[in-house]
Amino acid sequence: MLIKQLSIFLENKKGRFTEVAQILGKAGVNMSAFTVSENSDFGILRLIVSDTDKALEVLRENLYAVSVADVVCLHCPNQPGSLARAMQIITDAGVFIEYMYAFSQGDAANVILRTDNVARCAEVLKENKLQLLAASDLYKL
Amino acid sequence: MIWNETVECMSREEMRKLQSIRLKNVVERAYHNTPFYRAKMQEMGITPDDIASIDDITKLPFTVKQDLRGNYPFGLMAVPMSEVVRLHASSGTTGKPIVVGYTRKDLSIWSEVVARCLAACGVTRNDAVQVSYGYGLFTGGLGLHNGIENLGGTVIPMSSGNTQKQIQIMHDFGAKVLACTPSYALFLAEAIKDSGIPREEFQLKTGVFGAEPWTENMRKDIEEKLGIKAYDIYGLTEIIGPGVGSECEHQDGTHLWEDHFFPELIDPVTLQPVEPGQPGELVFTTITKEGMPMIRYRTRDLTTLNYEPCACGRTAVRMSKILGRSDDMLIIRGVNVFPSQVESVILEMEEFEPHYLLVVDRVNNTDTLEVQVELRAEFYTDEMSKMIALKKKIAHNLQSVLGISPAIKIVEPRSIERSQGKAKRVIDNRKLI
Repeated sequence: MLIKQLSIFLENKKGRFTEVAQILGKAGVNMSAFTVSENSDFGILRLIVSDTDKALEVLRENLYAVSVADVVCLHCPNQPGSLARAMQIITDAGVFIEYMYAFSQGDAANVILRTDNVARCAEVLKENKLQLLAASDLYKL
Repeated sequence: MIWNETVECMSREEMRKLQSIRLKNVVERAYHNTPFYRAKMQEMGITPDDIASIDDITKLPFTVKQDLRGNYPFGLMAVPMSEVVRLHASSGTTGKPIVVGYTRKDLSIWSEVVARCLAACGVTRNDAVQVSYGYGLFTGGLGLHNGIENLGGTVIPMSSGNTQKQIQIMHDFGAKVLACTPSYALFLAEAIKDSGIPREEFQLKTGVFGAEPWTENMRKDIEEKLGIKAYDIYGLTEIIGPGVGSECEHQDGTHLWEDHFFPELIDPVTLQPVEPGQPGELVFTTITKEGMPMIRYRTRDLTTLNYEPCACGRTAVRMSKILGRSDDMLIIRGVNVFPSQVESVILEMEEFEPHYLLVVDRVNNTDTLEVQVELRAEFYTDEMSKMIALKKKIAHNLQSVLGISPAIKIVEPRSIERSQGKAKRVIDNRKLI
């Protein structure tokens, strides 16, 4: 249930994200989710795409610094307390969350989690009957 | 191999005798044939008769780059133009270029000293040498060219630029030696990697690199990436061009061909000779040159000199790596900063590529220094905290070497310009008026 996420180093300059979007668009790669983490002079664009290998190839051809990280995608009811419960499970398992980003759609919410132990994180969530999305599920949303 | 054992291994006493005779000779010619030198010597109240030995050199006036500009183009020639068979000029990025003229004998001395350099770097008559220094007014291309022919090697006169062609010819012609600037050598190394041609298919074994300062770490980087042994060749247009000196197989300093170019070290502020072994600004007198002799020319290069005989058998004095240039020196918040210091820090850190750019500015009446660096591909990570830790690490290392703390900017891969000639490493945006 691990999903491959791409992380791209971008300088804080006009048009950098546009260029990435254009490169992926031309290569026929679709983005399912993304987030940007930034400080004063650079940012890290994290994204999940329909074809990770293709995206890696075209971005590296264009000299972008890209790395791949495993993440999990938690699919939970869009109601008060449901995220708190999942967080408690992760914390109790001794797993540390490095970062996360989320989007909700109607009755459900999707949370992408990057932790210091991704395999253990996936395992405890499943043990507790929480639903994880596979990469293929995510692209269908 | 030692090209000219008689002079390269001459005893110090014999060398001094030779230098004394040649100094008297060149002062005589400069005084009588170049109004500029005559006027300067008269101002100091000396004539050629005051020069009895090489020790008297300290009585002579200095010459600086501005003197060459002020006498542009031919004012410092010591022979009629009919005797001049070749002209060269510096790139002249600021103001007028400086022009130098060579007689037939000067060209023969030049090809002699370049042959000595090449032999010291292990180049032989069996080697094809790819000359990727620019050909033209710049002394690099033609200087190496004539030296290789004199040695008996095979010249591949590529000149600079057109990197794809460089790689193809290097590969197809089986070049054994590459002569260019160290920054272009690194640029070529990366381009060869990108070309996909396996390194084993090249016959390159030696690099003869010069025309800009580089560090021990940059050498290691070039040697590793190209799979060669890299030597430093030293020279400057005003003195002759490349070939004023070079390293030998022991790479423990650069041998200077002091039977033609007499070196001194002075304190750049007091202009007095420094104590033996101490660093100082290198000053040359061209004791055999006819066309345009240089009397006590201040190079602005800071170095040390070692007069001990070398393990290679040569007695020719050795200078250390150039420690900096007195005119490249940036004064930032009152602190002297040399780009070479920044380079040494970056090259010691495996996380960074050996390319950098210094941006100096003045904000609210305070000088600012920004150091732009690229990470090696494997060090661009997903974790913001690690990237920030890297920034802090290099900032700390730079601060301890420079004495001021620069701002660090990590930039995208390959975004710092790879220069094909002399690398541009400093942008000074300060408007001081």
